[in-house]
Amino acid sequence: MKFFSHFGKYLLMLKGMLSKPENPKLYWKEYMHQCSEIGIGSLGIVMIISVFMGAVSAVQTAYQISNPLINKIIIAQIVRDTVILEFSPTLICVVLAGVVGSKISSELGNMRVSEQIDALEIMGINTKTYLVLPKIAAAITTIPMLVIVSMFLGVYGGRLTASLSGVLSADTYDKGLMEQFIPYNVFFAMMKAYTFAFLLSSIPAYFGYYVNGGSLEIGRSSTKSVVITCIVILFADYILAALLL
Amino acid sequence: MIEFRNIKKNFGDKLVLNDVSHVMENGKANLIIGTSGSGKTVLQKCLVGLFEPDAGEIIYDGMSFTHMDEDHRKMLRQQIGMLFQGSALFDSMTVEENVRFPLDMFTKDKNLVKLKRVNEVLERVNLSGSNKKYPSEISGGMKKRVGIARAIVLNPKYLFCDEPNSGLDPQTSGLIDKLIYEITKDYNMTTIINTHDMNSVMEIGDNILYLKDGKKEWTGTKNDIIYSDNKNLNQFIFASEFLQDAKQMRMMEKK
Repeated sequence: MKFFSHFGKYLLMLKGMLSKPENPKLYWKEYMHQCSEIGIGSLGIVMIISVFMGAVSAVQTAYQISNPLINKIIIAQIVRDTVILEFSPTLICVVLAGVVGSKISSELGNMRVSEQIDALEIMGINTKTYLVLPKIAAAITTIPMLVIVSMFLGVYGGRLTASLSGVLSADTYDKGLMEQFIPYNVFFAMMKAYTFAFLLSSIPAYFGYYVNGGSLEIGRSSTKSVVITCIVILFADYILAALLL
Repeated sequence: MIEFRNIKKNFGDKLVLNDVSHVMENGKANLIIGTSGSGKTVLQKCLVGLFEPDAGEIIYDGMSFTHMDEDHRKMLRQQIGMLFQGSALFDSMTVEENVRFPLDMFTKDKNLVKLKRVNEVLERVNLSGSNKKYPSEISGGMKKRVGIARAIVLNPKYLFCDEPNSGLDPQTSGLIDKLIYEITKDYNMTTIINTHDMNSVMEIGDNILYLKDGKKEWTGTKNDIIYSDNKNLNQFIFASEFLQDAKQMRMMEKK
């Protein structure tokens, strides 16, 4: 019962943010600010994780393919496909649910508790449109870009490790990358990136926007939003895989 | 003028406002007083639309706020300024940006015109020169004054103040009261102030509504309050022996 009540309130929040901005210029400024906060702010962690993700993936794939009859070129293909299909969109978005999601939730929660949201309401501003919409729009714009960066860096991380550890030469790795490449996989990964970007910004926004109480509740709601977002992302991952693959 | 009739508000089983009616007059400091938990803040939040009352009607200068659609409410809210208990300043903005925010959102004035207006209201609240400071760099009293400046920057017709003296020393409290009172008179606004500060009541109480357990218990002015024989009001206002003695003296002087 509680789930339906939250879900209904979440849908109403999404509906409520679709109204005409009072001053499009200020909304654009806020959107650009959020793009910088979410996109540029998360670039560092995404880059580090992606390189290591690809590197570990290459080492572990090489370890499992010990049969001399199997062409080692397949290591590059496995790294490429796992990075594109799963690691970059899903793993990166789960990490971003923690980084970006908790930030959105605690920022809105703090504004709610310190009555800043009420102050905006009193001024006649639709706070859902002014505070929530730019965050979701910025996440939908920047997170797929981060996923693309992650794909390149993940594959590059695998190449670097494979060549440095002597598992595969850089040339062979590059050759493997070009073979049996399915462009649809990138489309599928982007579909996941857009879906997860929406989820990881809107769910924490809901928890932050409707927080009640003080600083303790802000912390609790931030943690809860990250946990729920991660679960919903994994569930959506399964649904999208079942539908689109 | 703001009139409200038969306002009722429940939170679950708890009846917080019970059939409260009153008229808040134009150009006067209208005070809502009462002990903590008496329903002052809930009543004020109902009046500005942050809470929806379960029953009753709110009327702003002849227009029913209760039956207004969201677009008209938004228009009306641009004529409302509010000072919050904790000031509710935007942490990431400077004093100037905080005060300027409503102008940026709702006017198409040029930057110089906006800056002139910001400096005007900052000067009005005695905060000239604090433009570039952040809320974390200023005192509680200054925050309240920035809150007032932000609330009046669009020349509102209605000013709401929720506990403007809370957390302030008596001297700063007095200054804030004086400032709100002067602004009310200068701009001929309808000002509604929630307070349980007795100095405020005695200094600026043009029209006082006393709430007890969510019900209207007494109404009058600061001059009436001394001579009121309402037991609950007297217990609330003259809670300390010092104030009781002061009341006795005033009564004797009158005789």
